[in-house]
Amino acid sequence: MRTNDRLVAFLMLLPSLVLLAIFVYGFIGRTAWVSLTNWGADATQALALNPELAFVGLENYRKLFTGLIDVRFRQDLVNTFFFTLFFLLGTLGLGLGLAILLDQKVRFEAVFRTIFLFPFALAFIVTGTVWRWMLQPSGGVNVLPELVGLPALEIRWLTTREQIWQFDWNTVPAFLAAGAALAFAYAAWRAWGTGRRVRAGVHGILTLGLAGWAATGTPGVTLLPYPEPHGFNVAFVGIVIAAVWQLSGYTMALYLAGLRGVPEELREAARVDGASEFGVYRHVVLPLLGPITLSAMIILGHISLKIFDLIWAMAGADNATTDVPALLMYLRSFRANRFAEGAAIAIVLLLMVALVIVPYLRSSLKGEVRR
Amino acid sequence: MSAQAQDVGLDLGRRRSGGRRGRFRWMIYAGLLLATAFYLLPVYLVVVTALKEPAAITLADTWRLPETWNWGSFATAWEAFAPTLRNSLVLAVSATAGSALLGSMNGYILSKWRFPGANVVFPLMLFGMFIPYQAILIPLFQFLRDVGLYGDLAGLILTHVVYGLPITTLIFRNFYAEIPDEMLDSAKIDGAGFFGIYARILFPLSVSGFVVVVIWQFTQIWNEFLFAVTLTRQETQPITVALANLAGGEAVNWNLPMAGSILAALPTLLIYIVLGRYFIRGLLAGSVKG
Amino acid sequence: MLRHILALSVVLGFGLGAAQGELEIFSWWAGDEGPALEALIELYEADHPDTEVINATVTGGSGVNARAVLKTRMLGGDPPDSFQVHAGEELIGTWVAADRMEDLTPIFEREGFMEAFPDDLIELISTDEGIWSVPVNIHRSNVLWFDPDRLDEWGVSVPNGWGEFIDETCPALQDQGVTPLVVGENWTVQHLWESVALAELGNDDYSALFEGDLPWTDLRVVAAWETFGDVMACTNDDAAGLSWQQATDRIVAGDAAFNVMGDWAAGYKVTTLGLEPGTDFGWAASPGTDGTFMLLSDSFGLPVGAPNRAEAIQWLELVGSKEGQDAFNPLKGSISPRVDSDLSLYNAYLRSAAEDFASDAKVGSLVHGTAAKEAFMSEFATVMEIFLSTGSADAAANAAQAVATQVGLGE
Repeated sequence: MRTNDRLVAFLMLLPSLVLLAIFVYGFIGRTAWVSLTNWGADATQALALNPELAFVGLENYRKLFTGLIDVRFRQDLVNTFFFTLFFLLGTLGLGLGLAILLDQKVRFEAVFRTIFLFPFALAFIVTGTVWRWMLQPSGGVNVLPELVGLPALEIRWLTTREQIWQFDWNTVPAFLAAGAALAFAYAAWRAWGTGRRVRAGVHGILTLGLAGWAATGTPGVTLLPYPEPHGFNVAFVGIVIAAVWQLSGYTMALYLAGLRGVPEELREAARVDGASEFGVYRHVVLPLLGPITLSAMIILGHISLKIFDLIWAMAGADNATTDVPALLMYLRSFRANRFAEGAAIAIVLLLMVALVIVPYLRSSLKGEVRR
Repeated sequence: MSAQAQDVGLDLGRRRSGGRRGRFRWMIYAGLLLATAFYLLPVYLVVVTALKEPAAITLADTWRLPETWNWGSFATAWEAFAPTLRNSLVLAVSATAGSALLGSMNGYILSKWRFPGANVVFPLMLFGMFIPYQAILIPLFQFLRDVGLYGDLAGLILTHVVYGLPITTLIFRNFYAEIPDEMLDSAKIDGAGFFGIYARILFPLSVSGFVVVVIWQFTQIWNEFLFAVTLTRQETQPITVALANLAGGEAVNWNLPMAGSILAALPTLLIYIVLGRYFIRGLLAGSVKG
Repeated sequence: MLRHILALSVVLGFGLGAAQGELEIFSWWAGDEGPALEALIELYEADHPDTEVINATVTGGSGVNARAVLKTRMLGGDPPDSFQVHAGEELIGTWVAADRMEDLTPIFEREGFMEAFPDDLIELISTDEGIWSVPVNIHRSNVLWFDPDRLDEWGVSVPNGWGEFIDETCPALQDQGVTPLVVGENWTVQHLWESVALAELGNDDYSALFEGDLPWTDLRVVAAWETFGDVMACTNDDAAGLSWQQATDRIVAGDAAFNVMGDWAAGYKVTTLGLEPGTDFGWAASPGTDGTFMLLSDSFGLPVGAPNRAEAIQWLELVGSKEGQDAFNPLKGSISPRVDSDLSLYNAYLRSAAEDFASDAKVGSLVHGTAAKEAFMSEFATVMEIFLSTGSADAAANAAQAVATQVGLGE
């Protein structure tokens, strides 16, 4: 009887498992295969009903990272980096600020909460359409100051071609190595603190090695035979504002739930010890919000890596200054008919998301499994 | 076993104790009002633009109230968008129902019928909700072509059901985990089998779980764009695609995209306003453990 | 409750059943360009009252969005019955090469299209294996637009070449706070490029570029990029946010003096804005391209596996007929490629375009799919981006050559 039920349970789960196995892993595998072929290089096959594909190895990836024209893809990666950075800072900062304000026993809290969170219910397409209108060069936000008698702003929100913080693409390995060195330094410091000397030593050596390699200009690795400038495209500021508008309510809700979870006794105890209200937040409340911040960073971070519809609606799919890999994949595949290169971009995007999500899934499920 | 057990401590109810006095309270309200302005200004702009005569929409007078109220924008937008709204409705309702029912069954199995390998299978399922869909797009429409569903709304529904499974399974699994195993054991003693337990015990307790999942899925599917733009044809287009085409196309009159935005936003906004509590719960459940 | 939801979805879902006799026409003609297509569809419906015509349009500058959607549909094995496609490489290099089109030679022979269309146009839509689409119109890409009264007011005249424009016209206008030349989103900048390149290179070198006979790194091409850079210095700084209609509006409003746009701009001005050709707006061949007609032609083809093939063939017969073309083109703001079209139906601009078409030398447009295969044309946007972000003619020339090599341009 029991075994029988178990079998039934498994059989009931099976359709979902099979569907996901095909739709997620099967299709990813297929895309990965396509990315290793020449689909699109030959016009007679590009849009054939059943194209004949030839294996070309990692050629499409090589092109993406070293090809002359794929400077656009590399700038897209830089765009995604800066977009993610400012989008996270904006949503986390604004969300936390609003949550703290709402935590002060304010009147009409529910009304404020509803207002702050409502954009989350909207489609990115709607948000993008609306903010595109808000950020018109000689209207919307730019003429707001006129309402109070000030001169209108002249900001070219979405159409500026200005690029700041330029750097050479060839210095990317140095930055990555420096970042990794910092991470190892932190790990070494933690290990030392917990008395694991050997581990601390290994991490220390790795730190020094990476730092030295970065400082000497990453010998042995040359990405491009010529300098290639990249930087932060200022046109993204408008897109960041719209994205923060849409999603800061989400972090507000997360943080508010977190703040409500901090026992009042803890706060009271700190106040008894003479902490100011600021001090209570600084030393008692905020440290407890670390895990929430991490979850929010990961959820929002993967959204921002995948951002597609918002930019489509705000700046158009083919506005190169506000391009990101998710859009370029679409353009490469369906405009230029170069499906293999589109697939390679998709796989790079998938790897970036996996880099963020897999450790997160591991750590958040590990606790449960032990339970 | 009641609603409390299902409530996994995610509500944002007000904190009762803890007094806060001070001379700076006005600053708190100033901050909140400033933020309110940030969130609501676009709404104001959308509404007044939608209500203006096309000729009265000039960039310089963006913020001015319309002199004559042009409700006609909505009539025109309705006419243009009615078929796509219907597509979105059929799509969101069917795909939500499908993924919620399957998700409920999966959640039940994964939380109450542990079997070897489940700890490996579950994270593999969850990963499916995070992937960038670009990574499955090309094989997806080849697959839909091969099964004859490309361009058909049914193909898009199937797609949303499948990619909705991870999140619905997750929410139901966490939800059912709160229901004590003892309840199931006593039902088993009474002779209930796999389906009996689900039908008699879990399903009746699932109402608020279903509400959370349905709201979440409906909103996600209604708002989705990438699948919608690549897997449909004119007659099966959802509203997001129609809106993107209208606004990103060559429309010079902004009243129509604005009225269209309002039409596209209303269903999910209504859900949010009426069922906000459950909405927030779904949103928090989205972060895997909640 | 769920049962009700399911029932509802079933009821709504099965409302989509197919009617008897359908015809799905896929194009990017909506909005301002919609009425012309609708006139053609009305003609069709008058002849075939039992057929329901589905007018599937995807808007977006110059068809970029529509072509992407079309590709997903074709790859998805769901072709429309007939779709709009630019004559030339966009038809031949993309769809004919992939063996997705039906040969229309029988229709051409049966309907007398062989005699009705000029030979050089038929060449654009043919390979050795057949004829692959029915052209519905001819547009000209290299047209400079302006408002004659305003030019008098500002004391400038139509420049004879880009040199004159850069050295004299541009500073004179800038001093008066007028944008000398207005451009819009990415493709309109490329559109300007092809006119500048044609003027700087001349007809033969321009065409040789796309046939692989003139390298993109040739000094003459680099020099053309440099001229183009000087021209761009005379344009507005908010280009990316403007559709071509909005750019045109700036000239009508008197904020800008000139733009280079295809002659669908005449259709927009006459049909949508109600302006009078010759008095409210003026035109000339873009600087330095007098006597050359850079053409593009919209056409309709018959994809293999069209679900309503018989209706699609009836449609194509109408599209190519004198009656169909003379209903469509005056509204669209284009001329009919048919040698027997009734010029009295057309406005002053179009009559002048028809004269030029008959007498001028002809080259194909890059941006509008005539001259170069789609893979090149699509990546040309990236080349343009490289030029705009670096300002370096050499970088643009190298990038263009790299794309040309990569996609096998001219092979």
